Amino acid sequence: MPIRAQQPNVSVVTLNIDGQDLSARADETIIEVCRENKIPIPSLCWMDGLSVVGACRLCVVEVDGGPRLQAACATRVREGMSVQTNTDKLQRYRRTLVELLFAERNHVCAVCVSNGHCELQWLAQKCGVDHVRMPYRNTGYRVDSSHEMFRVDHNRCVLCTRCVRVCDEIEGAHTWDVMGRGSGCQVVTDLAKPWGESDSCTSCGKCVQVCPTGALVKQGTSVGEMVKDQQFLSILARRRSNR
Amino acid sequence: MSSSSQKVTVATTWLDGCSGCHMSFLDMDERLVDLAEQIDIVYSPFVDAKELPPQVDLGILEGSISNDEDLHKAREFRAHCKVLLSLGDCAVNGNVPAMRNPFKLDDVIERSYRENVDLNPQIPTEGVPQLLSTVRPVHGVVSVDIFVPGCPPQADAIHYVLTELIAGRTPDPSQVTRFGA
Repeated sequence: MPIRAQQPNVSVVTLNIDGQDLSARADETIIEVCRENKIPIPSLCWMDGLSVVGACRLCVVEVDGGPRLQAACATRVREGMSVQTNTDKLQRYRRTLVELLFAERNHVCAVCVSNGHCELQWLAQKCGVDHVRMPYRNTGYRVDSSHEMFRVDHNRCVLCTRCVRVCDEIEGAHTWDVMGRGSGCQVVTDLAKPWGESDSCTSCGKCVQVCPTGALVKQGTSVGEMVKDQQFLSILARRRSNR
Repeated sequence: MSSSSQKVTVATTWLDGCSGCHMSFLDMDERLVDLAEQIDIVYSPFVDAKELPPQVDLGILEGSISNDEDLHKAREFRAHCKVLLSLGDCAVNGNVPAMRNPFKLDDVIERSYRENVDLNPQIPTEGVPQLLSTVRPVHGVVSVDIFVPGCPPQADAIHYVLTELIAGRTPDPSQVTRFGA
């Protein structure tokens, strides 16, 4: 989904979210309306300023009481729509999703450069994940430190693809992409070349800043030192859509 | 003042951890004096008792299950304690001890006791417990009732959890602590 150009004549719809009557532009998604109205919905792959992939499913909501859960980031608002964002069922699903992310790769917060500044860690606390009920996969993934400024630790990656999208849509380099399937799925630079040997990477660091975890980090950071700054994204995205 | 028989009995031990969670327990400082009015520590590295009593109200385990002795202790605690609490990230999710899991146990031992040793390298076999091939969190081997993540959980978090339990309520540790806290 490309970033929307501003449309001054777009129609307005009214809908109900968690008992609140709200109005929204017809081209908005449920998550955008929730963010504007301070209704908290957890999300991981969604990011204001990037296209929508609906991959993490953490933002699932119940629409019109139907049994099929919808990703709030990938569902447009409709006139008369009724949305529930925080039922017991949704809490249960979200908790399980976060637990599966922790079980899949190595997310040992205590020794992570992003400890205290990590969206996954924060989500776990918000969703009440005080332990992981499924067995850990205990599989080791590569760490690529070949880039002179940055490092990728695939053990910490949650495959949100924010790096892929920011590199393609904002920087315009498309250094990052995704390869493999299932547990072998991985983000790669330049057809799986080491990052340091990439011809297309401009070393802008946007991928590092948007990465929600300690997967993409600056070289030379120690435990808890990797603080990310994502302010640039909404500013750049807005300027582009106004062109 | 309540008599000893009305106090909540507490047992603690450390498995594969750094004992930092027990240090954090001691970091409750002067609040320990008030706690001592309400709880009776019947078995712990803090006290001198050598045997786990048959019936304990609250068992607190620090550290992960990395060897057969950890496994034995965890089962003993489960059998003797009415409520079992996993204290800290090693007990809750395996944490640093579990980072050896992607490697084969033989390779780990080889690396630790031969490759990186200059003087008289040898693998210890006597008087040490047998390492398990996979490090697991406590709830990977016995059922656990309360999980208090953190590396270590702050003294305030431990205090909150203990006072809630003493008052007969179920604490929600996510309010006060998290993985890696």
